[in-house]
Amino acid sequence: MLPIDSTKKLSFTRCIRDGDLVIVYERYDNMKAIKVCDGSVLENRFGVFKHSDWVGKQFGSKVFSTKGGFVYLLAPTPELWTLVLSHRTQILYIADISFVIMFLEIVPGCLVLESGTGSGSLTTSLARAVAPKGHVYTFDFHEQRAVSAREDFEKTGLSNLVTVGVRDIQGEGFPDELSGMADSVFLDLPQPWLAIPSAGKMLKQDGMLCSFSPCIEQVERASETMRSSFTDIRTFEILLRTYEVREGKLDDFQGDEAGSLGSLPRKRRQRSNEGSNVRETTGPPTVMARPCSEAKGHTGYLTFARLKCLS
Amino acid sequence: MSENKAQSDLFESPRSTWEGCSVLLDINDGDRLVFARLSSGATLKIGNKNCSLQPLLGCPFGSFFRVENGTQGPYLSRYTPSTEGNNVLEKGDGQSIDELRDNRALVDNNKAQSLTGEDINEMRRLGATGDEIVEALIANSATFEKKTVFSQEKYRLKKQKKYAPIVLLRRPFTRSICEAYLKKYPTRIGFLRMDTLSLLLSMANVSANSDVLVVDMVGGLLTGSVAERLGGTGYVCNTYIGGSPYPMDIARIFNFGDEICKRIVRSPLTDLFSVQNGLQKPVSQDSDSCNMESQSNDRISSPVSMEEVSLASENVISDLIPESTSSPVIKMSKPAKLGEKAPQEIISSWKEHGFSCLIIAAPELDTWSLVKEIFPLMSSSAPFAIYHQYLQPLATCMHNLQLGKMAIGMQISEPWLREYQVLPSRTHPCMQMNAFGGYILSGTKISPN
Repeated sequence: MLPIDSTKKLSFTRCIRDGDLVIVYERYDNMKAIKVCDGSVLENRFGVFKHSDWVGKQFGSKVFSTKGGFVYLLAPTPELWTLVLSHRTQILYIADISFVIMFLEIVPGCLVLESGTGSGSLTTSLARAVAPKGHVYTFDFHEQRAVSAREDFEKTGLSNLVTVGVRDIQGEGFPDELSGMADSVFLDLPQPWLAIPSAGKMLKQDGMLCSFSPCIEQVERASETMRSSFTDIRTFEILLRTYEVREGKLDDFQGDEAGSLGSLPRKRRQRSNEGSNVRETTGPPTVMARPCSEAKGHTGYLTFARLKCLS
Repeated sequence: MSENKAQSDLFESPRSTWEGCSVLLDINDGDRLVFARLSSGATLKIGNKNCSLQPLLGCPFGSFFRVENGTQGPYLSRYTPSTEGNNVLEKGDGQSIDELRDNRALVDNNKAQSLTGEDINEMRRLGATGDEIVEALIANSATFEKKTVFSQEKYRLKKQKKYAPIVLLRRPFTRSICEAYLKKYPTRIGFLRMDTLSLLLSMANVSANSDVLVVDMVGGLLTGSVAERLGGTGYVCNTYIGGSPYPMDIARIFNFGDEICKRIVRSPLTDLFSVQNGLQKPVSQDSDSCNMESQSNDRISSPVSMEEVSLASENVISDLIPESTSSPVIKMSKPAKLGEKAPQEIISSWKEHGFSCLIIAAPELDTWSLVKEIFPLMSSSAPFAIYHQYLQPLATCMHNLQLGKMAIGMQISEPWLREYQVLPSRTHPCMQMNAFGGYILSGTKISPN
């Protein structure tokens, strides 16, 4: 997924090869990750697509099924991956992910700790941020989830950047061998306050901590625990409002009759048809935008804190 | 500590300051933010006193300093805040419920304080510390005892800020630079909020080894943030329309070493195209670019201090005022050079491979006509993210991209960010918030054939 090997980066000249991971795009709300495998087929409502037809095409190409339906093949990115991954847990979405990475000051070369791994949505973006030389250590107490996460990182080609550990971070804390090595720590745990002292031990001086919690009671308790050894404790909520865009024609209002705002459109139209000062009843098509009426109302609170510098 | 340290550690940013390093000074918990370049001669004006920044050299980022009175005048002295919060607010959760005091006895007649300005100056002359002055003010306030615990704390904090200011030493990162500029000089960065900027970087999939094309009319903040994510790999190409490159001053506030600076290049859009079409550049254009080079070198030597940037000026370019003697921060060593003209062989490689992604933050250009021009430079399946303060230019652009079947997965989004006060039994959203973070059009380019 990441151009860690610079010859593999997206390019006019680079084409889809056997074994590549592609995102099959049907619609903005319907995508799927598929490993290209010569001899395999993809079947969906648009027909049957032969993988062998895809090999040699550029990423971003439109490909056709045997009955003429089409899909697009996109190069995978962490953002697309977040939309297609299998949800084993509640996942973090782009707004929270982006904000976390910026606020935790994660740059190439950083060592980052995360718990829990969950479905690996954030982990994928953390890996991108620390590449090519940094590393993400992510922990989940759920053995099977950790195994699935490892398989996913194998699939997305991030195994070299991510180590998945099975560990109960709330109960045992992070492993001692990582003490004082982490640039940033991210916690998505039901009782983050139990893991905060350990997170403090793992961080380098002046390092950043983030705790993600859906409930304000968790935030209050986590913030209380942070106060002893952290500073700059700040809590945020971030949401995205999306817009739909369409082109439409709107009736042109004839403003020549003061006080007749209540008159029927039909009447106006008749008038303008017979009148000498003829105006267009409808204006030219305009592009209009409005917020989508459905949106996420809440994801979670993000609490950030910086380890106090005491040395 | 030497400058080499920053430059040798490509992937490990140093945890302590060095001579010539750029720092963010947070005075009184975010009340005032100053970017400074540390040197033995640099000074900072706090209140009405000029303090040398010398004591900050070699200190770890995150250190606290306060103003002390010495024989040779005030100086900054490092101190370690106590681990246990000495804040009444922090231990006062029981009191909040039992609090019986309220503001019924407070009269706003400005007579509560019996210490005069002269008294305070006299105390200073006798060598009283800031904390002692604060205590004296509290002791002489007729109303302090009648205040609630919380307003007592507020009062103490207000006086502490005035008489015992605290300076916090911070590493400049995209987040802090963006936040500081939005607070003080939002027009210089096109009102780009930190969460919006973080979304631009994600949506465009900025990652190591990418070749990122940017149109940065937000003072270099975008270019700098991309370079930070590239960490000395790939390239960020800052392209511009017309004769002169857009200023990139903010990118110089980051402590970029040579490796990262080399990866920040600029090129006029026409150059990216003339190569694209296999045409030779006209000679006259070359000499133009030379002029620009020297101009931009002038800019390198302009002071990094934000404090000195004139607020009144709306024009981004005239904001780059030359170094003056009144500058609170006298810069001794030049930061590394960045934003060189893109070499021909790299432009050719972009021609062959295309850019990995595109980010536009150009509030002054028409989005669609710019995108129409620039789109062929991106490789197929490349993601893009376009920032604008207004919705209509993005809506039009999105509509046209749809009609032309040039991109898919398009979305216009607007982030909403709210900060909270979190205290036991007193948690609520902050009273003030930034209500608008701008709009982003994001999507993925598809293959034209």
